[in-house]
Amino acid sequence: MTAVTDSQKLAYIAGQAADARVNVEIETEGMTLNMGPQHPATHGTLRIVAKLDGEQVVSCDPVMGYMHRGYEKLVEVRTYPQVTTLVNRIDWLGSFANEVPFILAAEKLMEIEAPPRAQWIRTVLFELSRIANITLFLGDMGVQIGALTPVFYAFRDREFVLNQIEAVTGGRFHPNFDRIGGLRDDLPKGWIADTKAAMDKVRDFCDELETLLSGNEIFTARTRGVGIIPGDVGLSYGLSGANIRASGVDWDLRRDQPVGLAWNEVDWKVWTHPDGDSFARYWVRLQETREAADIVDKLLDGLPAGPVMAKVPRIIKVPAGEAWVSTENPLGEMGYYVVSKGDLGPFRVKIKSPSFNNISIIPWVMRGVYVPDVITILASLYFILGDIDR
Amino acid sequence: MILGADPLLTGPIDLTAVAIVAFKTLLVFVFLLVATMLMIWFERKVHGDMTNRIGPNQAGPFGVLQSVADGIKVFFKEDLIPDRSDRFVFKLAPYLSVVPAFVTFAVVPIGGVFGDGERGVVSMFGRDTRLQLADPPIGILLVLAMSSIAVYGVMLAGWSSGSKYPLLGSVRASAQMVSYEAALGLSVVAVVLVSGTLTTSGIVASQHVWNWNIWATGAVPFIIFVIAATAELNRPPFDLVEAEQELVGGFHTEYSSVRFALFYLAEFMNTVTMSAIIVTLFLGGPNGPALIGPDWVWGPIWFFAKLLVFLFMFVWFRATLPRFRYDQLMDLGWKALIPLALGWLLLLVAVRVADDEDWNVFVVMAAALAVMAAAYGLLVLAFRAARRVHEVEAAI
Repeated sequence: MTAVTDSQKLAYIAGQAADARVNVEIETEGMTLNMGPQHPATHGTLRIVAKLDGEQVVSCDPVMGYMHRGYEKLVEVRTYPQVTTLVNRIDWLGSFANEVPFILAAEKLMEIEAPPRAQWIRTVLFELSRIANITLFLGDMGVQIGALTPVFYAFRDREFVLNQIEAVTGGRFHPNFDRIGGLRDDLPKGWIADTKAAMDKVRDFCDELETLLSGNEIFTARTRGVGIIPGDVGLSYGLSGANIRASGVDWDLRRDQPVGLAWNEVDWKVWTHPDGDSFARYWVRLQETREAADIVDKLLDGLPAGPVMAKVPRIIKVPAGEAWVSTENPLGEMGYYVVSKGDLGPFRVKIKSPSFNNISIIPWVMRGVYVPDVITILASLYFILGDIDR
Repeated sequence: MILGADPLLTGPIDLTAVAIVAFKTLLVFVFLLVATMLMIWFERKVHGDMTNRIGPNQAGPFGVLQSVADGIKVFFKEDLIPDRSDRFVFKLAPYLSVVPAFVTFAVVPIGGVFGDGERGVVSMFGRDTRLQLADPPIGILLVLAMSSIAVYGVMLAGWSSGSKYPLLGSVRASAQMVSYEAALGLSVVAVVLVSGTLTTSGIVASQHVWNWNIWATGAVPFIIFVIAATAELNRPPFDLVEAEQELVGGFHTEYSSVRFALFYLAEFMNTVTMSAIIVTLFLGGPNGPALIGPDWVWGPIWFFAKLLVFLFMFVWFRATLPRFRYDQLMDLGWKALIPLALGWLLLLVAVRVADDEDWNVFVVMAAALAVMAAAYGLLVLAFRAARRVHEVEAAI
């Protein structure tokens, strides 16, 4: 932005005043546009109430809660092992990642630790669910801008990852595989080689997507400089995950907050982007998918031997106390605050899900943008409806 | 003589002539409907291939009859008319979309022998006629007029629905289609200038065998025409009018049943028609070398081969390109296409005049380029000034 002198400002104001005198009889009226709860771009039931002036958004409010399923209340009447089945459904594209922080919180209260092999396999599955989740985002970003092809490639290549998750856990979407004290089972035979082949396919997909979208003039014109979130604003709104890293904040719980998982055992890089616009958010996620594939490869190379389950009592009773564990999930920081009174089930669980915070910046970032940009910014903020409403 | 120089109509109008005209009308009507159905199937199949899917494969061999099945299904759906709509206009709009597509195709020559001095005349039941339904002296203006009327279909559909998404769609439609019509018209002027006639048969005849307008006009009007035509058709990357992710369905959100089918049909029909117009204007229509057999067989074959290239191109656009934003679309139209079309037209005129007056072509071209460079400089200055105002606005 070039500097503007006072005389120019005055000339502009005078011009505006002259225009106003001429156009005094034209009065325009705003229009309130309800996007959602049923709208192709909200992939779920998010509702956005936008006040428009022509095609420009004057103000914009997200309305949440159309898919509230009351998990925080439901887990109060379940035992600890039953809870993972429920929390699986929060972020349904990266289910395994939802189980881990809850199990870690329970383990923290019980003061037991999973054996190293279980920790490494947990991390591998965690990263696989990250890839399965973000792959779909990368395709979806294209669809929201009108490029229909990438999403089909995303669905195709996500399948390889889901197959690997299924081979270990028996579930493609909702593995329910994490247990207090370790994992239900060890890896099947030949799984490591298959997974490495799948990771190669993921890398190929990332390259393909880069040629399909990143280099496309229209795609860059639609995303660069659109929906800019400065780092400090993002932090004050509680953004997390790739959204805050795309604003230039070097913040990643995988590295900064080691919690009984194996990320710090291998070398990897936290990707950030200084721009903070829609393209930066897309780009950071693209790099993270590649990085996650590398992390999986490296972890599988150094997988320690040993049992996958620690000694835990048959009937799990968690001692009284409170624990907070959060991890860097595909969508951002996800945490569980577990309060136990020493019963079979938790007394109270507070779930901090990343999408809820990521979406709360909508009113700030959507002022003055055009209607099509609402869609691209929404897509680039990347939310899962189950993760907003829980 | 509005129906023009068709030798059939300059002769005596008897029963044979009427029968031939009726036969040709039926042929064009049926051809366009069948072509549209096949185009829908072709688009879904090719787009499916490009996106790693199978596409329709159940109805008939290779799913060719999918459009028929869809048509029957849509026919039996409930026909809803929203309470807040303007009922008359709401019902009128689909026809305003479909009819121009048919009318436009009437002036497209799909065959005939275009030799030296011959203008696509073939013999049919002992009478000379052309392989096109009508050959009015204003042929290409009719095409432009019809494409203007088609805008009303989209605009009125969105406005009369009494709903917000269609309204946004129709606001976009009116601005987009009107501004791209200017670029479309300017590139047609270049063709008319080179061919020296407004009739479609004359334009085709002037491009006999390999003297196609695509290089006679220097390719730039062709590119502009293809871009502007894509925008006129509301096909991706210019499909802001229906923009599924933003406006749900755009102007036809509130339509259902047969009325929706008419819009759907009109879109594909317009695609076929516009491809035919591109072939006629720039690629010599049915012109092409006759290889074996009688000459008149090869006209339609070349025509369809060329048509298919453009149909494929439109599908390809859809599979690869993201959508423009409204303001970017306007920028492209007004700041790039129209000045370019205008400048190129002036250059062509300068060369033409130099040719006629026996001036030195290179000097004339240099002068024309200098004038155009000066004009371009002024244009850039104007854009800078406008951007300056925007910056001041943003700063305040």
